[in-house]
Parts: sequence; C-alpha cells; structure tokens
Amino acid sequence: MFDFLEGYDLLGAFWTTVQLTVYSAIGSLVWGTLLAAMRVGPVPLMRGFGTVYVNIVRNIPLTVIIVFTSLGLFQTLGVSLGAEDFTTVNFRLAVLGLTAYTSAFVCEALRSGINTVPLGQVEAARALGLSFTQTLRIVVLPQAFRSVVGPLANVLIALTKNTTVAAAIGVAEAALLMREMIENEAQLLLVSAVFAVGFLCLTLPTGLLLGWIAKKVAVKR
Amino acid sequence: MREPKGPREPATLLYDVPGPRARRRNLLSTLLFVLAVGGVLWWVVASLADKNQLAWAKWAPFFTDPRVWHTYLLPALRNTVVAAALAMGIALPLGALFGIARLSDHRWVRASAGTVVEFFRAIPVLILMLFANAAYAEFTDIGPESRPLYAVVTGLVLYNASVLAEVVRAGILALPAGQTDAAEAIGMRKGQTMAYVLLPQAVTAMLPALVSQLVVIVKDTALGGAMLGFSELLASVRPMSANYGANTIASFTVVAVVFVVLNFALTTFASWLERRLRRGKRSTGAVVGADAVQDLAAPGEPGRPGPP
Repeated sequence: MFDFLEGYDLLGAFWTTVQLTVYSAIGSLVWGTLLAAMRVGPVPLMRGFGTVYVNIVRNIPLTVIIVFTSLGLFQTLGVSLGAEDFTTVNFRLAVLGLTAYTSAFVCEALRSGINTVPLGQVEAARALGLSFTQTLRIVVLPQAFRSVVGPLANVLIALTKNTTVAAAIGVAEAALLMREMIENEAQLLLVSAVFAVGFLCLTLPTGLLLGWIAKKVAVKR
Repeated sequence: MREPKGPREPATLLYDVPGPRARRRNLLSTLLFVLAVGGVLWWVVASLADKNQLAWAKWAPFFTDPRVWHTYLLPALRNTVVAAALAMGIALPLGALFGIARLSDHRWVRASAGTVVEFFRAIPVLILMLFANAAYAEFTDIGPESRPLYAVVTGLVLYNASVLAEVVRAGILALPAGQTDAAEAIGMRKGQTMAYVLLPQAVTAMLPALVSQLVVIVKDTALGGAMLGFSELLASVRPMSANYGANTIASFTVVAVVFVVLNFALTTFASWLERRLRRGKRSTGAVVGADAVQDLAAPGEPGRPGPP
C-alpha cells in the first residue's frame, strides 16, 4: 500500500523541516530577546526601533519575506550568506527569513512575560542599586522566561508549521516533497495522509511536552 | 498568564527617571545604536545603489504610471481581499459549530469535534492548500483558472475554522456562569440557552479576536501566490518586475507596504474594539482579546479554558 514511498527521501525532507525549525528557533530566541530588551529599555531610540520592527514584520506575510530573501536578497543583491551551492544558499536564506519573522512573535511573548513580574520586585532590585541591565538579567528575565514557556511553545509550533513556506524558494523540505509526490503519484489521499501524520508527529509531542514543562516551571504566585 | 495590573507600562517600570549619569549613559547607547543601525542602513543603500536598484526609473512606475496599479496591484489586492473575506465568511459559522460541539454534553460529540479541531490546527496551511488543490483537480471539474482560489479558500477555511472554534469556545467559557444559570432558571432548553443567551454575547466578546484572525488569513493568502499560482499581491511581483525593468526591490517594497497598511489597519481596529468592549458598561465584561488568537493557534495542549 505504501510502496509509492519508494524512491522518495521522505525522512530527509522531514529532517530538513526539523533543521529549519531548530536553527530558526535558536536565532529567533536570541534576536527576539534582544528586541524585547530594547522595547522595555530606557533608550527611547531603541524602544522606537523595537516597536517599529515588531509592528512591520508581524504584518508582512512570511511568504513575502521568504520569497524576498531569494528574489531580492540573493538574486538581486547577491547576498549568499557565505554559502557556495544553491541548496545551502536557499536553506540559509529560509532560516534568515524565518528568524526575522518569528523574532517579532518571541519579542511580544517575552514582553507579556515581563509584565507578569510583580512591580515590587523591580522596585526592590532598583532599591538595591541594580542597573537596568542587571535588573533585567538577574531579576526580571529569568522569571519572565519561566512564565512564557507556554506562549513560546505556541510560537515554536507555529514556526514548525511555518517552515513549509520555505518550499516557496525550493528548500527540499516536507511541503515541497509533498507537491512533487502529488504530481507524480496517483495516490492523493495516501500521500496527504503521510504528510499530515508527519506534521502531527512533530507538533503534538512538542505541544504536550512544552505544556507540561510550562506547568512545572511556572512561578507560582 | 496574569493580567497586568492597571495602566502600568513595562517601559517605565524597569528603570528610574534618568539622572545626569544615566542620561550620559543613555546618550552613549543611543550613539552606539545609531552607529550600528546606520552601518547596516549604509550597507543596504550602498548595495542597492551598486545593483542600480535605487534608480528613479525602477520606482517611478508606482508613482507616475497608473497602469501598474490598474493592471497588477489593484486586481491582485482584490483577489487577496476576496480570498480572505470568503475564507472568513465560511470559517466563522463552521468554527462556531465546532466550538459549540466541543462544549457538548455528549462525550462522543465533544471528542469527535475535538479531534477534528486538533487535527486541522496541527497541519500547516500550505499542506492543506496543496491537498485541496490536488483534490479539486482530481475529483471535481473546477477549471484550472479558478482552482487556485478554491484551493486557497479551502485551505484557509479548514485551518481557520479550527482556530475560530477555539476562539468561540473561549468566548463562551469567558461568559459569567450566571448567564447559563439565569437562562436555565427561566426554563430555556440547552439549544435556546446557546442560541439566545450565550452565542450572541460570545460573538460580541470575541470580535477583537475575530478581527485579528483576519490578519492571519490575509497573510496566508500569499501562500497561494507563491505555491499555487493564485494571482494575489505577492504573485504580482514577478510580472511587475518583468515588465518594468527588473525593479524587484521596488515591487517587493510596494507589495509589503500594501500588506502592512492593510494588516496594521486591521490590528489597530481590533485593539480599538477590544478597549471599547472592555470599557462598555452594558457588556458582561467578557472579552476574548486580540492576543487570544495567537495564544490559541497552537495544537497539542489539552483543552485550555478561556481567560478567567
């Protein structure tokens, strides 16, 4: 029944999906945290930059961003991110696009987490003479991170699903393989079921695991 | 997650009003930041100029030639809006149905509705669109010229109906329990309670979430342009840059600006609506905020109740 799978690198395609997710997740966690720090910081220009970045990037479709990295950045401006061959270039461009987009959502999730830290703690930290960076790094962010594991898990799952958009610039991940298989095989329902189950296997355990962790680490108040 | 208390702004709570030393330090950070951003900007502008993308000829069509708008941008924008409106119009009743089914007293109704909703929330929209496109080609006689629209709308409906089902459920659960009690006390049946008491209030309560879900739908139409040949805004970039002399960057900029303006208007409207509903004296105070959509848009976690 599943002999149509022969000749296709199904595991390879899903492995690319996982790689896209992991690299973009790390990138957007770093850049998103920096953005959140800018948005709550004392420097007005950085606050403005953070706000403008988040509001613009959130409202542009991810597809536009990803296609732009290929047509605009690579083909027009020649940005290849240090890669030699076409496959690597597209993969890195996709990671760049996904990171730029997802960071905006990470930033917003973190900012809502910062809001859950009681005002008194911040005042206490300031009374002890901690600077803004110290307050953020020692008192606020550790608690904020623990309270936003749930929302960040949602962002991560959305990111996993969003990696399919990389198919638009020819990254050989699950959605691209699905399109190819639909064209070549007369087994539409089976092909679709395989990919649906593949994504269920990626997203459901992530949600359950991180939901459990979120309950564990949440600061009880 | 706890509601932030009162009108406290995170921006003003992490640091004191700056004194002389803090002001000097802030000035220094501002300078360094300006240098960093300026460096990036300079690199962008330099490489744009290097590739001749800043020439007025590349940008002029969008300001001087109405044909760009009549031939490409406006029809594309119309397709985007039509697909989004259709998807929202179909997904909302469907989502309401499934949201109510998930609150049913009968376990098997609850369980099957829950399975359907969780399934479609866990699958990427693009996979749903690819499936719908192929299914229409194989099982129906919808012509190839209208198939992309059908496929895009179908994919969007399947995904967004399941997200909206959760929003509806959150909206109903957010209503004070006294509403159901009162309806039961005057002898309403379950169906009547839902139709006359809970649902109308829930729909009002979740209006902000509905409007902000529109942003998600509008953004996802671009998938159809990139993968299915649906002629929406993103798909208009290629013909524009082919016909107006490789003005790729300019075309992307204009398309992105159109998307940002459209979605920013929707976002602003959603949060205005939310503030208005929260302020309202006559409502029950139950509001499913615009952020709820993003919080709910992830599968896998067992049924979360609405906001307290």
